[in-house]
Amino acid sequence: MLRGLAAMVSRAEPLAALEAKIAATTVDDTRLTTVPFLAQVGLRLDPDGPAAARLAAVLGSDLPGPNRAVAAGAHRVLWLGPDEWLVVAADGQEDSLVASLASAVGEDGGVIDLSSNRTGLELSGAFAREVLATCCTIDFHPRVFGPGQCVQTLIQKAGVLIDQRTDDTYLLLVRPSFAAYVAEWLLDGMLGLQADFSTR
Amino acid sequence: MKRLAGRGRINQDRTISFTWDGRAMSAHPGDTVASVLLANGIRVLGSSVLMNRPRGVVTDTMSDPNAFGQIGTGESSEPLMRLTQVEVYEGLTAMSRIHKGVLPTGTDTGRFEKRHAHCDVLVAGAGPAGLAAALAAAEAGARVLLVDEHPHLGGSLLGEDVVIDDRPAHLWVAEVEQRLRDNPAVTILTRTTVFNVGDQGAIALMQRVSEHLPEAKRRGRALRRMWQVRTHELVVATGATERPLVFPNNDRPGVMLAAGVRGYLHRYGLVPERAVVFTTNDDAYRTVLDLINAGVDVTRVVDVRPDPQGWLPRRARELGVEVRGGSVVMDTTAAADGALAGVVVAPLGGGETELITCDVLAVSGGWDPLFDLHHYLGGTARWDEQLLAFVQDNVVAGQRVTGAAAGIFGTTACRRDGHLIGLVAAEATGFGSATSGPAAPEAADVTEQAPADFVRVAAVDGDESHSFVDHHRDVTMAGIERALNSGITNVEHLKRYTLVGTGTEQGRTAKVNAGRLAADHFDLDFHMIGVSNARPPSQPVTFGSFAGRALGARFDPVRTTAIHSWHVAHGAVFEDVGQWKRPWFFPQGTEDMDAAVLRECAAVREGVGMMDASTLGKIDLRGKDVGVFLDRLYTGTMGTLKVGRARYGVMCKADGMVFDDGVVLRVAEDNFVATTTTGGAAGVLDWMEDFLQTEWPDLDVWLTSVTEQWATVAVVGPQVRTVMSTLAPELDVTQDSFKFMQVEDAVVAGMPARVARISFSGELAFEINVPTTSGLAMWEAVFAAGEPYGITPYGTEAMHVLRAEKGYFIVGQETDGTVTPLDLGLDWMIADKEFVGRRSLRRTDMLREDRKQLVGILPVDPNDRLPEGAQLIETAEYEIPVAMIGHVTSSYESAAMGRTFGLALVRGGRSRIGETIYAPLLDRTVAVELVDPIIFDAEGTRRDG
Repeated sequence: MLRGLAAMVSRAEPLAALEAKIAATTVDDTRLTTVPFLAQVGLRLDPDGPAAARLAAVLGSDLPGPNRAVAAGAHRVLWLGPDEWLVVAADGQEDSLVASLASAVGEDGGVIDLSSNRTGLELSGAFAREVLATCCTIDFHPRVFGPGQCVQTLIQKAGVLIDQRTDDTYLLLVRPSFAAYVAEWLLDGMLGLQADFSTR
Repeated sequence: MKRLAGRGRINQDRTISFTWDGRAMSAHPGDTVASVLLANGIRVLGSSVLMNRPRGVVTDTMSDPNAFGQIGTGESSEPLMRLTQVEVYEGLTAMSRIHKGVLPTGTDTGRFEKRHAHCDVLVAGAGPAGLAAALAAAEAGARVLLVDEHPHLGGSLLGEDVVIDDRPAHLWVAEVEQRLRDNPAVTILTRTTVFNVGDQGAIALMQRVSEHLPEAKRRGRALRRMWQVRTHELVVATGATERPLVFPNNDRPGVMLAAGVRGYLHRYGLVPERAVVFTTNDDAYRTVLDLINAGVDVTRVVDVRPDPQGWLPRRARELGVEVRGGSVVMDTTAAADGALAGVVVAPLGGGETELITCDVLAVSGGWDPLFDLHHYLGGTARWDEQLLAFVQDNVVAGQRVTGAAAGIFGTTACRRDGHLIGLVAAEATGFGSATSGPAAPEAADVTEQAPADFVRVAAVDGDESHSFVDHHRDVTMAGIERALNSGITNVEHLKRYTLVGTGTEQGRTAKVNAGRLAADHFDLDFHMIGVSNARPPSQPVTFGSFAGRALGARFDPVRTTAIHSWHVAHGAVFEDVGQWKRPWFFPQGTEDMDAAVLRECAAVREGVGMMDASTLGKIDLRGKDVGVFLDRLYTGTMGTLKVGRARYGVMCKADGMVFDDGVVLRVAEDNFVATTTTGGAAGVLDWMEDFLQTEWPDLDVWLTSVTEQWATVAVVGPQVRTVMSTLAPELDVTQDSFKFMQVEDAVVAGMPARVARISFSGELAFEINVPTTSGLAMWEAVFAAGEPYGITPYGTEAMHVLRAEKGYFIVGQETDGTVTPLDLGLDWMIADKEFVGRRSLRRTDMLREDRKQLVGILPVDPNDRLPEGAQLIETAEYEIPVAMIGHVTSSYESAAMGRTFGLALVRGGRSRIGETIYAPLLDRTVAVELVDPIIFDAEGTRRDG
C-alpha cells in the first residue's frame, strides 16, 4: 500500500507541458481533455480457447468482436486484434484488474499491466467528429461508427486507439511519446474549426 | 464589352475596387477578375509566351487558355491564377502575367488545411445533370457529396437563358439546392474542384475557403482546404467545353467562344458593342438570340454549313439577323492595341470577301464533353461521328458519367440522365432501387440540325504561322505541320514536341483540334489518331496545399521520454535517433562537445554516471513456448535462461546478416522481456509477430510492445553501489547477491521498480525500470541520491565512446546489412541449434577469411582522430585508384586511455592484428595499428565494480 501511494504522488502526466494550450482551445462546446493515469491491462488469448469463458465471468461480458468495445462494470474492454484486447479502467484499478484477469486466464494467454503504455485524450462536443476529420482518415459518421466501437488508426503519422464513448465523445489512447504530436494535430484542427465557427 | 444595368448574377448596387497592374478597377460583388477587365474595356490582358502576341479573355470558364494573372502581393502572391475563377474583393491586387508568374521567396503564412471525408456518392459538377443525380441519390438515402467549382450551384444553367418546368432555371436550381441542404446526409461544397481520382474511390478535392474574401474577413480561416474523400460511387457531371476554330489571326483579343459570350451576358451582364458569330453548329445561335434579346447588334452569323435550317437559325433569321451559310471567317483585323477590329468573311472554298467591323467574334467549333476524371483511372474515349466529339468508351468501376460530360446535350435530357444515374449510383451503394425510383423528367428538348465536321480555315497565302491551335503555348497550324512533317505520328509525341495541350488549363480548347488536324494531315479517320490523355491534377495544386498543416510540431512526431523536460532544463544537446530526441551530451558552462563527452566518459569510468535509456525497444513475451521461440530467432540460446537472469543476444535475418540485438530478461517461467535497439523496436516486433502468425502458429507465445510502459534509468560506474544503496536500502547490491545479468523487482526511491545489472559500458551498472509516468521521479531521485558522489548525466555520445572502448558494436553503425555475427567476432554467441539465418552463415562465402571483420584501430599519432567512414588502404604511398581494404566505423577520443581510437571493418582484419595500415585523407594519410576490438579493460574486471 505504501509503495502504491509513493508511486502515485511522484507520477508525471505525459502532456503536462501542453496542458494550458489544451485548456485554452475550444470550438463552441467542443474541447480536448487529458485523461492521464488510466488503468490499462493487455489481454492476449485465443477467443475460442478455455480462458475466454473464464474471462467472461470475471469481466461481466463476453470479449468484444472486431473493432468493438464493451462497457462492463467499472471497466471497458476494447478489441485490438483477433487475440488481443485492452481492458481500461479508472486510475488505481490496475493491480486488482491484473490479479483477477490473470487468475481467469491462467496459463492460456497473457495478462499484462500497460497503464503507462498509453495516455488518454478525450475529445468531446458537437465538433468532435469534424476535428477528427482534420487529421484522421477513419469515417466516424454515425451511420458507420458509434458508441461501442473502437479503432486502431493513425492521427497523421502517430498510431492511436480511438474508443467512441458517447455520441460526441471519443477517447484517444496514445503512446506517451506521441501524445504531444497527436494533441498538436487535434488542437490545430480545433483552431481551424474555431475560425470557421466564429464566422458562421 | 459594356455592362447592362440589371443584368447578370452580380450585385450592381454595390461597387468594390481592386487594382489591375496598379490601376484602380471598379467591380461589383459577384464579378471575376476576367469579367471586370472586360467591363472596364481592358481587352488586352498581356502578351503571349513565345510570340508576344496580344491576348485577351476567350471564355468564362476554366477552359480559358489566356486569362491568367498573378494574384496578391508579398509572400502570399500566387502566379497563374485563373482570372475567370478569381472572385474580386475589396483590396484585391491582380497583375497581368498571362503565362509566366513570379514565385514569392519567403514563407507563406496562409492557412492551408486538409480534411478527410467519406460518402456513398460523390457528384462532380452541379449543373442540370449533377443536381438531378445528387438529388436522386440523396433522396434514395445515400450519403452524397456534391462538388462544384463555382460559387453557386447551377453549372451551365447560370450562363444560359433556360426554362425548366415553365420557370426560369435558377428557380429550379434554388429548389433542388434547398432540398439537398435540408437533407442531413448531403454535403455541398462550392468553389471546390475535383483534381484527382484514385483507386478505390479516393478522390482529391481543392476547396477555396476564404481566399475569395477580403483579408479582414478571412479571420484565421483556411485559404484553401484539400479534401481527401473516399466514395463508393463517383458521378462525373463535369459538363462540356466549347471548341474553337482554327483560322488566321484567330487569337486576337475579342475572338471568344460563343458560349463564353452568352455566359458573360447571363452571369455578369456584359455584352459586345457589335458581334459576329462564326459557327459549325446550331448551339452558337443561342448566343445570337440572347444577344439580340439584350439589344446587341449581331451583324452577321457566319455558318460553315451551306443551309442552316434548324429551329435556332430560323429563329435568328426571323429576328432579322443575316445568316450566311457556307461561309467562313478567313482572317481578322486588329485595332491599334492589337485587339479585334473586324473580320474578313468569305464563302467556303473561295469567293468575294467582306470586311465586317466588330468588337467580338463569337466562335463555336462544337462541344467537347469534359470527362477528364474518367481518364484518370484508365478510362478510354471514342469519337462519336454523330456528335463529332469524344465520348466515354469503356466503363470504369465505381464511376458513371452523365449529362454533357457523357455527350448528352439539352437541359431536360441532362436532368433525365442525371436522375437515372443518381438512382443507379445510390442503388450500387445499397440505397433505393433504380428501377422503382421516382420517375425521371421526360426528354423534350428540341432536336437540332447536325453540326458540320469542320476544324480550320486554311490561310489563303499558305502562311499558317498566325493560325493558332493552342493560345496558351503559342502553337500554330504551322507548328503542328512542322511536327507532323518531321515524322511524328502519335498525338502524345505531338503534344510533347509542340507542347500543344500542355498549358495550365490542360489544353481544353486545343487538344481535340490538334488531334483532328493530325488526322487530316495523314488523311486518316480521326479515331486512328485520337487525342492526348488527360492527366491529374485537373487544376494546379500548390505545394502548400499538399503540405497542409504538417508544419512545425506537426511535421513529424518528435518522440520524447518521460525525462525529457529534465534534460531540457539541464542544457542537454539532443540527437535525433529515429523519431526520438535523445540527450547527446550535457555541456557544462562553455564546454564544447568534445570536452563535454570526455568529462562524461571520465565520470562513468571513475565515479558514477546516469543516462536515460527509456527509448530502447521492449517487447514482453508470454506463453509456454517463449524459450523455444527466442531460441529460433536469436543466434544464442535463450530457453535455458533462469528466472531472474538476463542474456545478451543477436538476431539475424534469413540472409545471416545482423538485424538487431539486445538483452533478453526472463522475469517469470513463462514471461520474458526482450530489449531491442531504439530504431529497431517496431521492426523487431513486426518480425516476431510475422513468424508467429505465418511460420510457427503452433507456438504458445503472446507478444506485447511495452517500450512506452517503462522508463529506464541506467546508473553506471565504480561508485554505483553507493548510490543504489541510498536509493534502495532494502536491496542487497553486493556482488554475491546481485550478479551481472541478474534481474530483481525492488522498491527504489519508494517506487516499485525492476532492476537489472546490464552494462553497455563495461562498468558496473544497474538499469532501473519504472512505469513511464514515474520515470521523471525516478530520474530525479537517482540524481539526488548521486549528487553527493558527483553523479554525472551523460548522453548518447559518451555512451557510444564507452561501448566502443569495449568493442561493443552498434547495429547500423558497425553493421549495414552486409555484416554477419562471424564478421563481428561473435562466433562464441552462435549456439549449435537451428535459428533464422543459420543456414546462410554456413555458406562458404560467409566463411571466407578475407571478409571484412571487426577490429580495433589505434592511430599511431594518439591525438589524431579519424573521421568515421574513412577508407583504409595497405600503404602509406598510393596512387588513385587504390584498393580499399576496409573502413572506419567508429572513431572517438578516449578519456580512459588518453588517446584516440576507433573500430573498423577490415578485410581479414582479425588475422592482421598488430599490423599497420593507412587511412588516406584529403590533407594527410594516417597510420593506424590494428588491435583487438576490446581496447579497454580486456579482462572485464570493471564489470563487477
